[in-house]
Amino acid sequence: MPELRDLYQEVILEHSKAPRNYKALESANHKAEGYNPLCGDRFTVYLEMDGDKIREIGFQGAGCAISKASASMMTQSVKGKTKEEAEKIFHRFHDLVTGHGQGEDVELGKLAVFSGVSEFPMRVKCATLAWHTLEAALEGKQEKVSTE
Amino acid sequence: MSAAAAVPIRDKAASFDVERIRKGFPILRTKVHGHPLVYLDNAATSQKPREVIDALVRYYEGENANIHRGVHYLSQIATEEFERARETVRTFVNAARASEIIFTRGTTEALNLVAQTYGKTNVGAGDEVLITAMEHHSNIVPWQMLCAEKGAKLRVAPMNDEGELLLAEYEKLLSAKTKVVAVGHVSNALGTINPVKQMIAAAHAKGAVVVVDGAQAVPHLKVDVQDLDADFYAFSGHKMYGPTGIGVLYGKQALLEAMPPYQGGGDMISSVTFEKTTYNKVPHKFEAGTPDMAGVAGLMAAIDYMNGIGIEKIAAHEHELLEYATEVIGAIEGVRLIGTAREKAGVLSFVLDEVHPHDIGTILDQQGIAVRTGHHCAQPVMERFSIPATVRASFAMYNTKGEVDALALGIRKVREVFA
Repeated sequence: MPELRDLYQEVILEHSKAPRNYKALESANHKAEGYNPLCGDRFTVYLEMDGDKIREIGFQGAGCAISKASASMMTQSVKGKTKEEAEKIFHRFHDLVTGHGQGEDVELGKLAVFSGVSEFPMRVKCATLAWHTLEAALEGKQEKVSTE
Repeated sequence: MSAAAAVPIRDKAASFDVERIRKGFPILRTKVHGHPLVYLDNAATSQKPREVIDALVRYYEGENANIHRGVHYLSQIATEEFERARETVRTFVNAARASEIIFTRGTTEALNLVAQTYGKTNVGAGDEVLITAMEHHSNIVPWQMLCAEKGAKLRVAPMNDEGELLLAEYEKLLSAKTKVVAVGHVSNALGTINPVKQMIAAAHAKGAVVVVDGAQAVPHLKVDVQDLDADFYAFSGHKMYGPTGIGVLYGKQALLEAMPPYQGGGDMISSVTFEKTTYNKVPHKFEAGTPDMAGVAGLMAAIDYMNGIGIEKIAAHEHELLEYATEVIGAIEGVRLIGTAREKAGVLSFVLDEVHPHDIGTILDQQGIAVRTGHHCAQPVMERFSIPATVRASFAMYNTKGEVDALALGIRKVREVFA
């Protein structure tokens, strides 16, 4: 039986209550909005790209604890990374929360606390919403992304 | 609650044996994550009693054949049962004639049928369709589509902070331009019982026809379409202990006869040549193709089952539960009830401090408690209350005060996790 504490780890609860990089970036040159109509989660991800590199990142929006903590920790893990590196982390993170394969050999660091999500398939979309939004921002897509 | 208000609630509830009723619903024995299932998502779909499940099996084991077609034995049995079900539904909502009962896939299809047939022939450019601020998406979108196609305008009657329709505002919005009023009898997101009888009278005074979405009403209230003077009344089987995939549209005979068909196909015709088709009479004109005959058998069993217990007794029991839940859940620190209308049925919607409903739903599920979390297909209602979503506990005849206590305990557990 999946345990609640596997999902709601202290680190996740703490990030959901005090999200990092929770701001609209004045200097943003990339931006995307993500929306999960199932639960009403809505985030905007702001990027200041320096060539291929994420120099600065911020996000704003509203959502459940899982989606907010995931967005917060995502900003920490991809800041300073290249577009390609950030995408690799996302793919690895996606494998982690869906419980699929091992993906590419990328160090997830603190993001490993989201491993419990794989026991709660209904919550995978919460954990990945900000990441899909990041991907859209990196691609420079203008349309809103949706996880439904 | 209006249906129960007229009867002495305690006396009615006294002869109601909820434990015996629970034994008749096989799924209620399910264990979820090691806990007994506490099923409080009845507004989404109710569970099915043994009688309904047996009716489906009996249909396939002993009666299955296509209706209105063959001359053989089984086809005759199936046809008779199908038409007997129509008569059962007629009595259930007190329609004047069985031919006013059309079987559909559910409420959604019934509402679309009215929009696409009555609506298309009677709503034109500059006309108005009036709905309320608490409608389910299925009673918004079909009218939006119609208005967009016809150049008509969709108007919305507002509600107050308790989730009650502002009747005076509604009446102000009615005019000679109003061709259709579409209103939910009971709000699925808030539980509000709308004063449909009064609303219908006001609409008729302006010459508008009224379509009532009764999906959340028929499981909880005695509905009398003639007393309401509803022009159309739609509901689903699966929310009233019946099978999925079957629903009903009631329509006044004269309106139905004047309407064009919804879909073309078998059974809805009286003769077909390549030059011209003559349509069948109502209700068959609106029942193209082979219908969900097993579903109809199951719906009939569900109505018989509810009648056997008594809708007044069901209403009284649920009313008592809702009052108890309102008191117990409302008393939990941090809980804010959404939808506190004086007249309510079956639904307790709430939010909790800063905890998102989706997190609450997961934590409750871990304790075996099934609630709905989200916007309940009523995004404009969420917007009205400036919230992204709510947690909704919704009741059926088999729920108990013990289950309400389990919910209260579950919410306290949520508060612990997020403390």
